[in-house]
Amino acid sequence: MKGRKLEELFFRILMVLATILVAGSFFLIVGTVFFKGFHYMNLDMITKTPGGGFYIGKEGGVLNAIVGSFYVAGGATILGLLISIPVAIFINLYMDGKRFLSNTIRMAFDVLFGIPSIVYGAFGFLIMVYFGIRASLLGGIIAVTLLVIPILVRTLDEVIRTVPFELRDAALSLGSTRWETAKVVLRQIRPGIFTAILLSFGRAIGDVASVLFTAGFSDNVPTSLHEPAATLPLAIFFQLGSPVEEVQGRGYASALILTIIVLIITILSDILIKKFSKHKI
Amino acid sequence: MSSAFTTSATTTTLTTFTTTNMNIRLLKDKILSKLMLVFTLASVSLLVIIGIGLYYKSIPIIHRLSWGELITSSIWKPLKGLFGFFPFMMGTLWVTGIAIVIALPLCLLTALYIVEYAPTRVKRILTPFVNLLSGIPPVIFGVWGVLFIIPLIQIYIAPHFVEFSTGYSVLSGGIVLAVMIFPLIVSIISEVLRTIPQELKDASLSLGATKWETIKKVILRKALPGIIAAAVLAISRAFGETIAVLMVCGNNAAVPHSVFDPGYPLPALIANNYGEMLSIPLYDSALMFAALLLFIIILLFNIISRVILARLERKLAA
Amino acid sequence: MTQTPHISVQHLNVHIGAQHILKDININIPDKKVTSIIGPSGCGKTTLLKSFNRLWDNTADVKITGKVLVDNEDIYAPNAEVTHIRKKMGLLSQRPYPLPMSIYDNVAYGPRIHGIRKKQVLDELVEEQLKATGLWNEVKDRLNASATRLSIGQQQRLCLARGLAVGPEIILGDESTSALDPVSTAIIEDLFISLKEKYSIVLVTHILRQARRVSDYIIFVYMGKIIEFGPTEEVLLNPKEELTKEYVKGYIS
Repeated sequence: MKGRKLEELFFRILMVLATILVAGSFFLIVGTVFFKGFHYMNLDMITKTPGGGFYIGKEGGVLNAIVGSFYVAGGATILGLLISIPVAIFINLYMDGKRFLSNTIRMAFDVLFGIPSIVYGAFGFLIMVYFGIRASLLGGIIAVTLLVIPILVRTLDEVIRTVPFELRDAALSLGSTRWETAKVVLRQIRPGIFTAILLSFGRAIGDVASVLFTAGFSDNVPTSLHEPAATLPLAIFFQLGSPVEEVQGRGYASALILTIIVLIITILSDILIKKFSKHKI
Repeated sequence: MSSAFTTSATTTTLTTFTTTNMNIRLLKDKILSKLMLVFTLASVSLLVIIGIGLYYKSIPIIHRLSWGELITSSIWKPLKGLFGFFPFMMGTLWVTGIAIVIALPLCLLTALYIVEYAPTRVKRILTPFVNLLSGIPPVIFGVWGVLFIIPLIQIYIAPHFVEFSTGYSVLSGGIVLAVMIFPLIVSIISEVLRTIPQELKDASLSLGATKWETIKKVILRKALPGIIAAAVLAISRAFGETIAVLMVCGNNAAVPHSVFDPGYPLPALIANNYGEMLSIPLYDSALMFAALLLFIIILLFNIISRVILARLERKLAA
Repeated sequence: MTQTPHISVQHLNVHIGAQHILKDININIPDKKVTSIIGPSGCGKTTLLKSFNRLWDNTADVKITGKVLVDNEDIYAPNAEVTHIRKKMGLLSQRPYPLPMSIYDNVAYGPRIHGIRKKQVLDELVEEQLKATGLWNEVKDRLNASATRLSIGQQQRLCLARGLAVGPEIILGDESTSALDPVSTAIIEDLFISLKEKYSIVLVTHILRQARRVSDYIIFVYMGKIIEFGPTEEVLLNPKEELTKEYVKGYIS
């Protein structure tokens, strides 16, 4: 009996330690970035673009990258939504009866979800070469759109499925067409759509591999789709690679900026998800 | 008299209007449904298109050197047209292997604690932090790796085992990757654990078993397929991770022989060299081949684990 | 009733969340007899049963006060050893829950946990309990097959055998035949009647006819309180309380 109790105690301690390690690693990571990056953080970082000699330690900031990232992530999210909302609606409202087919499609999107961003980046590059598009904002948006479509479809699909089918039936029995029913459903899941947007935006803004070959890099804020665009993750990567300590430090500060942006997005979407499920039946 | 006349005219106009309106709505619905069908088919076929596209671009190098030679040779001299992918595949395997060996036991213990032992208050506090971890961009993990893990290994760990290490190693890559896949494994295993009916646990407890014995002998047995599925999914996620690993694993094109050796996983290979891709003959084809390899392996792993999870779901619903 | 009661409940109160489910329960469960707990759904029958083997320990938000004495020891005392207590009782749930292992391992699970490792001893134990529940002839050739392959009626008998294998003194049954077909139900009811020679049996049931067939004593629970307790024939045919009369009204035929 004693042995059994000891065994249980041993594993309980192990479990608590493991949990502390796993949950605590969040603090470790964010803490390290905050700690190191705070030192080099100043207002210039977020308001100025790199001046000449930025990469060897002179003035400037990463405004180019911040704006570039927002452009790429924003453009990709909008484009992605335009494609994903119809797809999610189609699978759920237009394919009734064909259970097997719609589930296969869902599985296909699940698989697409698991494909790493570097493959999307490589493929995006292929498309760009094929159409003669240079490394630019447009190229970056194309590649990142491919990346976020599975995320959006998956999230929207899950959200639509929470709408009780009685609601759909009610609309249909009033004589609406499927499209009109869809509009009703979309209205119902508005917070869910917002969550999906946040999720995909957060993923898009932090990803490197998809913009690596496709968006190029520039010290200026892009003014047209055909100009190359800097992105925060790439800016961080390049700054860290510099031998100059000042520049490395600014890399940490840029990492801090990115972390803060993403944390805000994640926390917002968590709050929304909780709010949304409060009204679930 | 005249009113009756007008009424029927109004009725006819009304009916005609309603019918026309109806036709417009139906037409709209039809057009939109066709449009949506196109979007859906296009998105799904993305899977196939990517595969074909990558394969197409890889053909030149597959013609040059056979599949077998590409995968087993260790000689990587692009300027001489020699492309052996073996070191990169081994690099990927080492890093992923280390990540899973670290992450799986830790996450299993964590999930067990959260689902079976943790009081509600603790659960509510802990769970968000595991989820927040999944939102952190990979490049931040890389920064953390450079700031924290590299010095940790270089100064505190490696000296016990080898003479010299810069800290840039597959071990660093594995540790960083492990932390990246923590949330995925914890969430899948937690879900699987939650599907085990309380009555089954009660049955074991009523026989006088302790909670831990119930976990060991009943719960884990039932949850095993789900745990395997989680592991397979996590592996496929780890395979494809590019930037975080790239920043810490040394990027040396040689087969690693110990955890302290540097490694060069496939994604890092692609990311590091895309710039020179078009300047050296066959280089672009080689990198596309690397992407193709990644694509195929991850596809397989993904499908396997989804199938396991789907079967598990069906069995439980029955 | 001059025998010492096997289970003696004193001032038991159970709160689940904000709800006061069991209100000041005082009852003595007779030794080596079958006692059935009857009453309308949701009034605390199962809660009472599960408080006998401390199965509420693992649910959050449950507050239990009072004493439950088994063989004169309070199972809710602070230093009581809960696995030891549970070993004294076997629980049969509404639906059979075979453990995810073979038929043999299911029955051997309990003994193994409590330290019996010798194969010969286990073999004998498994055979004995499978025979006691009438399963032996049906499964003796496939003891290593998975327990989930059995029919529901067989599974429930397996769960009974599994529970008996740890050598309990008390058997608790929570509507244990409600998922079974009539043939299996009859088999289990007969088993309860024969088992009372060695064990005290407490059953929760909502089938009054079953209560009459099987039990010696009946407890009528309503809204968390014990309304009436007495020998079967008395409570069912000649109840003293108004509420009991109302409940068993439809039965008298």
